[in-house]
Order: sequence, then structure tokens, then C-alpha cells
Amino acid sequence: MNSRLTRRHFIKGVIYSSAVATSGTGYYLANAASNRQPGAVERLISININGRTRRVDVQPQETLAHTLRYRLNLTGTKVSCNRGECGSCTVMIDDTAIYSCSILTQQVKGKQITTVEGLKAADGTLHPVQQAFIEELSPQCGFCTPGQVMSAVALLRANPSPTREQARLGLSGNLCRCGAYDHYLNGVMRAAELIS
Amino acid sequence: MTYMHVGKDFVPPDVEGKVTGKAKYVEDFRREGMVFARLLTSPMPSGRIVSIDASAALRLDGVLGIITADDLPASTPPENPMLARDYVTYVGQPILAVAALSEEIAETALESIKVEFERRDFVVDPLTSLVEGGPDAYPEGNAMVREIPETEDENAEVVGRIRPVKWPAAEIERFRAGKEPMGVSFTDGWEYGEIDTAFAECEVIVEQSFVTAGTPHHCMEPRSSMVYWENGKCYFHASTQSQSSVDEPLAAQLGIDPADLCIINENTGGGFGSKGRNYPTMGVAGNLARLLNRPVQLRITREEEYYIGVGRPGMQGWIKTGLRSDGTVAAVDLIIVSDGGPGGRDSASSSAGHISVLYQPTAMRLRNIPIFTNTAPRGAQRGPGQNEMAAVLSPIMDKAANELGMDRVEFRKVNAPNSDSGIYQAQGPVTSAFMADAIEKGADLFDWEGKRSQPKRRGNKLRGIGVGQGYHGAGGYGYDGLVRILPTGKIQLHSGVGNLGTYSYAATVRAAAEVLQVSWENCEIVHARTDRHLPWSSTQGGSNTIFTHSRANYVAATDALQKLKQIAAAEFGGTEVEYDIADERVFNIADPSKSLSYGECAQKAIAMGGHYSGAEYPEDIHPITQRAVQGVAGTGLIGVAKDNLPRKGTPPGMIVGYVELEIDIDTGKYDILEYIAVADCGTVMHPQGFSQQMNGGGVWGIGMAGFERHVYDPQNGLPANVGIYQSKLPTMMDVPVNMVSAAVDLPDPFNPMGGRGIGEPSQGCAVAAITSALADALDGHLFNRVPVTADMIVNHLAQNGLESQSLKINTF
Repeated sequence: MNSRLTRRHFIKGVIYSSAVATSGTGYYLANAASNRQPGAVERLISININGRTRRVDVQPQETLAHTLRYRLNLTGTKVSCNRGECGSCTVMIDDTAIYSCSILTQQVKGKQITTVEGLKAADGTLHPVQQAFIEELSPQCGFCTPGQVMSAVALLRANPSPTREQARLGLSGNLCRCGAYDHYLNGVMRAAELIS
Repeated sequence: MTYMHVGKDFVPPDVEGKVTGKAKYVEDFRREGMVFARLLTSPMPSGRIVSIDASAALRLDGVLGIITADDLPASTPPENPMLARDYVTYVGQPILAVAALSEEIAETALESIKVEFERRDFVVDPLTSLVEGGPDAYPEGNAMVREIPETEDENAEVVGRIRPVKWPAAEIERFRAGKEPMGVSFTDGWEYGEIDTAFAECEVIVEQSFVTAGTPHHCMEPRSSMVYWENGKCYFHASTQSQSSVDEPLAAQLGIDPADLCIINENTGGGFGSKGRNYPTMGVAGNLARLLNRPVQLRITREEEYYIGVGRPGMQGWIKTGLRSDGTVAAVDLIIVSDGGPGGRDSASSSAGHISVLYQPTAMRLRNIPIFTNTAPRGAQRGPGQNEMAAVLSPIMDKAANELGMDRVEFRKVNAPNSDSGIYQAQGPVTSAFMADAIEKGADLFDWEGKRSQPKRRGNKLRGIGVGQGYHGAGGYGYDGLVRILPTGKIQLHSGVGNLGTYSYAATVRAAAEVLQVSWENCEIVHARTDRHLPWSSTQGGSNTIFTHSRANYVAATDALQKLKQIAAAEFGGTEVEYDIADERVFNIADPSKSLSYGECAQKAIAMGGHYSGAEYPEDIHPITQRAVQGVAGTGLIGVAKDNLPRKGTPPGMIVGYVELEIDIDTGKYDILEYIAVADCGTVMHPQGFSQQMNGGGVWGIGMAGFERHVYDPQNGLPANVGIYQSKLPTMMDVPVNMVSAAVDLPDPFNPMGGRGIGEPSQGCAVAAITSALADALDGHLFNRVPVTADMIVNHLAQNGLESQSLKINTF
């Protein structure tokens, strides 16, 4: 299998699906139609990350993970597989956990993006999930941890009092090769207590 | 014994960074002027490189340079070279690297490079190479054969050479049919005891063939590198399991003095054995950075991880085991053909060792041969040899016990090692062992007796219970410790142990804090960069850190403690035996008003010089530690020592696991309902870390039992799994909602803090318990391989004859 070809097919697929699936891209397409030649792409865009609007030069095929890590230096978001298999790059778009390697930055204009760097309170207090993950020593190597944190935060926003089974389902899209699943679930359950 | 730190949880200093995103891994580092490298890799499993034309690539804007094998020292097969020179021996083998201003430009450049290959025959299954007339992975042959030079010099070195080794087709067929091949060649092995005599004593003899799949490591952080050179020194951001173990070999790859190499490794996103040493792409990145005189980042993709990330060797084997009427194992005869990949990696001795430890056979024989294949390079992976042997051995031993009419747990207790047991070929001693206690404790927690009497069939589910054991040598001797007391009174605990997330780098320096009776808040762990003056340390692997480095830190702190007392004696009179410590002060026992704070002692140590300040140091410490001491000399009171504490053979890490599972007879899928593991690992030094390793290894066991495997297209030799989904590692939904771990918690007398490691046997006991439970659920049926996939179970239940029994490996 040729990874480069696969990657292109993936990007093409995402561009196609984004054109029909997201309102942000719909806005972009309408805007592009009125101001630019067909097929041209606005590169300097505004996106809201961790409560701040950032102007950033984004290529049309660029994933959100790439923008976060390499243009905005938000390296807390990790890239492990870069093709939607592992969940290490999970961020929140509005209140939904999303693999940032599998969505184009152009698709998230107008959305609220939260990365692991944006969870602390203004006074530096850790988010309950972060605090609970420390108390339960949830991470091992830590590479998947930012993604686990973001999935846990999204889960608890949707369901502040999950059962352990529900928590397991909520984090099932985040792989951990160290096998720290039990400790991550302990962390989610403790975070739910801290939030309540 | 009551400890201040040992056996208590604490917050390791790197945890907060991991949950906030501040923790940095190799690819998170940037450097001004940094350029990006990409690899051109082999598209075929075996071939000769005829020519390389990179002229078009070098003309592209933004391309800065190319490195090939011609720029690097030569290597000798089967060594895995930094870059292939004449021959490629696996798909994905790096041939050259291009550096450019961006990864996109580098990728574009790769597409314009023309490489002409001459295809060679390839092999992905050892037995297809071992059979007469079969292809060989190298032009010279398929196995490493020891050759004694033709010389009269009786001290001449025995050398290994790649040579063809072949078995007659009829013997290959016997082997495939589960019988002992006769009159065939092996390249290695060992034995002890009188095996024929021991078999003659047996009431029950079981003879089986088995296969274990090769498996990728799946480290979540790919093995990227970022390197820059400044003033003749190389600064290397590396994803590695150790600073010390990488230091000298990486310096050799770069052709420099280790003193001119600074390895930087704050966090490592998983290694599991695959990053224990330097690896080829490290040399590529380092040499390329020097050629260009620019910082270079070589990011490794997930797909490339499957090519170059090494994997566990697979095994094709045959075993004959015999039990006496009392259930003791009299004899084990074992043959292992290893799928060694292009490097010929082999874990057969460890596999046999697993049996020798946990079943204590009176006599044992191993005959083995690793065969080169054109598959992924292989390396150590969590419990190498022992864990895959545990996987297939457990149900075979169950069969023997069942034929004898003996309960499976009782059988393991009867054969369990104790502190007087011998292990491996030499039947050498262990530091201590209380495995029977672990088995008994686990059986109670699991309610083995109660579960034995429960029905096997529940609707369309078949229920099984299983027991399995894991073993790994859990520690070493002779490493160095380094402790520094600053004039501020702050205690700096230096550690060269890598940081994989087991937190043992932190748990072991607490042994020094224990000796000095200092508060944890007043301690700082100094690690992560070799220019922070780190002592000679073991790699963080092999389950060995807890035992090895609590000893090393103990001796360093004991040295510091002695110096504290000597300094006080010099100040107030008397001898050091008249002084003691409390509340971070050293005081005269008879007159406690005569006391000095640790900080005051550090000031005096600087003034006194000599060995107090590190200006002098013990002659027996490693050169790496000598450089570290030279770096901190004169900055405080220096405690430094080599671990010369008493030794007694191997510290064993052992765990027993218990599993209850249910098989869906319609789908072949099984769910693990309960998992309990009990460790015989001495004192539990860090309870949360212990639980992490017990459960994490358990998850690995679930993966080995049911999912993970290398698969190759036998027609073209192409790997079929170059993504996580193609060699699935367990997700949260594959593991029980709760996993239970416990310990015998009896201290090991050869560690001052009592601990031994358990990171690796935690996988072996889990996979063994699962395969044992599968056999139990299926009325004793033996698959004799891992992974056991749902389709295998369905085919068995359907009795359709499709179940694989022919020792096939690397394919379905």
C-alpha cells in the first residue's frame, strides 16, 4: 500500500464530505463563490481556539491537528496515527470530541475549538478531569493522555454522572498502548465526583 | 517495616504536564533553522539496489540534501543498517533520506528519485525457507551458524556466519503434523538433567505443536528524532527507554566521543522494548544534521512504525512434557523455530526459561533455530519469549493436569518455585520466590473453587475459567547512583533511567529519599538530559528498574549519609558512629544540640573538597557516572556509589492471573467477565505504579490472546498490517470494566527496599489465563496458537475442518 496515495484519497474524501456536511464549509463555499475564482481557497482565516480568535494562514488540505501543532504551537494535541484510528489528537469542537487529524481546519471556522491547553481556569486551576487524572495516576507514557482528557471532558459535559460502563463507551475511541484503561476510567469516575 | 516513602503513592513530577499538554515529546521540539527529513523506503521484501538517481530531487527548490549509505559507516549483515547499501531485506527498509525546508517538499522530492532494483526471492514463513530448496532471506543463507575458524589457535574466536540450513521435506511435514522432527540441524539450545530418565518416570506425557504470531509494538509515539549540532557537540532529542543505554552506541553511530553527545528525553510515548537501544533512524537523523549543519527533524509515520518499529519474533514449535503421578513436572523437551525477521532475533531461550522457572521440570532440553525472513525487523517486546510461551503453554499444561486428574491450580502450586529453586539451564538461584502464596491468594480472590462447580453452558454462551502465570527476570546489579545535597538543603536525585510512564524513574529515587529521611517536597529528580549529569543506569525495560535502581539509589544515599555524619564529626568531634539524622539535620546522638542542617553540611562539603564535593570519586563507577560527577563537583555534598550490595542470582518477577470468560457460540467472540492477578514481586514500592503495570500488562495479554499479529501476503511478501486497525490493539471495550490486582507483598531480601519488578509478566499471566479459559470453555480443545481469533473459534465449533493446524505463521 502506498501511504502517500492513501493520504491523498483521504484528503479528497474529507474535502468532498465537508462540502456537503458542515455549515462552516457551506459559508466558506458561498464566500468563495462571491469573491474568488471557482476553486480558489481563502487561506488567511479566523478560528476560535480556547476562547481566543486566532488569524492563521491555512492551506485548503490542512487538518486541524496540523494547524494546532505546527502553526499555533499547541503541541498538547498529539498525532499518533494521523488517520483517525487512535484518538490521540482528540479536541472538542463546540462540545463534541473530534479527531483533529480527520477534520480540515477550513471546516471549523465559526466553531469553538477547545484543546487540552484550554481546559485550565483563568486562575490556573486544573479542570476536574485533569485533577482527577493526576490523583488516579491515569496516564502512563502520556502520549494518548490529552486525547483521553478531551474525550472525558466531552463525555462529562454530555453526561455529568456516567456509569463506569458509560464512561468506558465514552472513551472507547481513544487507544492507549500502555493499557492504562482502568486508571483512566478511575479518573473519569473521580472527575464526575469532583464536578458534582 | 515502616517506611517514609516506600510503599506510598506520590505525584510523579511529569504527570501534570501529561494532563495539561505541557509534556513534550520529540516531535514537539523545534529549533531555529530546523529542516525536515523524509525516508525513501524499500517497496519490496528482498532485492538488490542497482542504482539510485536523485539528481532531479536535488534540483528541487527547498531540497537541502540527501543522505545515503555511502555517507555512513558500513555494516555487516544481519545487522540492521542505518540505510540499505546493496541489499534490501524487508518492505519499508530505509534506503535514503531527503532533507528539505518542509515535509511536503521532502515528500515531493522522494517521488522524483529513481531507484532501480533487482528482485530476489523472499521468504515470510521460516518453514518455507528451512525446507530443502526453499528460498533464503539473504544471498548467503537463512540462519546464523557458528563457525570455528580453521586454525590451530585454540583461543580463536567462534564467529557466526549466515549460512543455509535445510531440513528434509519429510521432517518439515512431521514438524507441521505436531511430531518431533528427526535428524535435523539446530543452531542453538541448552539442556539440563537426564531427560530420557525423567520421561521414564512420567504418568502422563503430552506432545503438541504450537505457533505464536509476531506482533508490532504499537508505541503511540512514533520513533521520531530531532537533532542539532553546536560547537562540535550533538544534541539529540530521542524517543528512547534510556539515556545510559543509548549513549555509547548512538555516539558510535555518529562517530563521536560519548562526552560530545547530549541525549534529551523528557518523555517517551511508549517503547515496550523497541526503544531500549539506539535504532537505525537515529543515526540517519544525526548524521544528516551534521552533513547539512542544520537542525533536522525526522518524523516517523504510523505506517513507517510498522516497517521499522521492530516487532516480537514469531515461533513455530513442538513441546513434549511429562508429569509424574504426584503432579510434578519431570521433563520438558522443546523445539523452537523462530521467525527472526532480517536480523534473526530469537527469544527461544527466554521461552524455555519461562518453563524452567514456573514448572520446575527435573530435566529439560531446548533445541532451537532462528530463521531469517524478509519480514519486519524484530526486537525485544514486553516479556520477550516468556509471554508468548506462557500463551501457548498454559492450556497444554492444563491438558496434562487434566489427564492426571489434578486440578489446574493445584498442579501449578505443586510445581511453583520457591526461594531455593533453580532456574534456566544453569539452574541458578533466585533472590526469593513465594509463587505458591500468589497462586493461593489469587484462587481465593477469584473463588476458583466456587467457579469450578458452575455450569459451562449459558444459553448460546460457553463459559470457561483459566489460570496462567507470567515470569520475567526482574532486576540487575552493579549500576550507579548519584545524589547531591545542595547548600540550600535541597536534595537532587539524579536518574539516567528513561521515562516511559511506569514512573519507576521516580519511584526508585525515593529509595534515596528514604535513606536520607528527607521530605519528598524537598527533593528534585534530575533526569531527562545527559548534560544534567546522570549516572550510569539501566534501560527502563526488562521489568528491572524497581529492583536495580532502588539498590543503586540506596547505595548512593548511604554514601551521602556517611559523608553527612563524617562532616558533623569533623565539626563537633568524635566519629561518624556517634551521629544520626532526623528532620534533615545530622546531630550528635549524645548531645543533639550539636547539629548541622543538610544545607550546612553541603557548604562544608564544598569547602572540604575531595570525595565530599565530588572532586574525587570511587574508581569502580562507570565512565558515564564519572563524567556526571565531574559535572556536579564542587556544587554540594555528593553521594555516589556503584551497587556492590550482596547478590544472589536472578530476582524473579512472577504473577498468576485468573480469568472467567464467555464465548458466544454464534460469533466466536468472547468477553472477559473477570480478571484477577496476584504478583510475587516483593514489596510493592509504589502502589499506583504497581496497579498500572499489572493492569496495563493485562491489557497487553488480552491483545496477544485475541487480536495482534503480523500478517504478510505470501505471494508478494507485502505486510498486510501497516495500521492500527489491521493489527488491532485492545480498546477499552475489549477489557473488563474492572481489573483487580494484588500482591503477596513479602520483601525480597536482596533489595534494601524489598521490591522486584512486574511490568512484563503482567502480560504473560493474562494471556495464559485467557488461553487456559478458552480451552476450558471448549472442553479442553487446544488451538495451540495465539492469537485465537473469533473465526478460529467458530470454525472449531462448526467442526468444518477449516481450523489451522499446520504451523502456518504470518498468514491466515
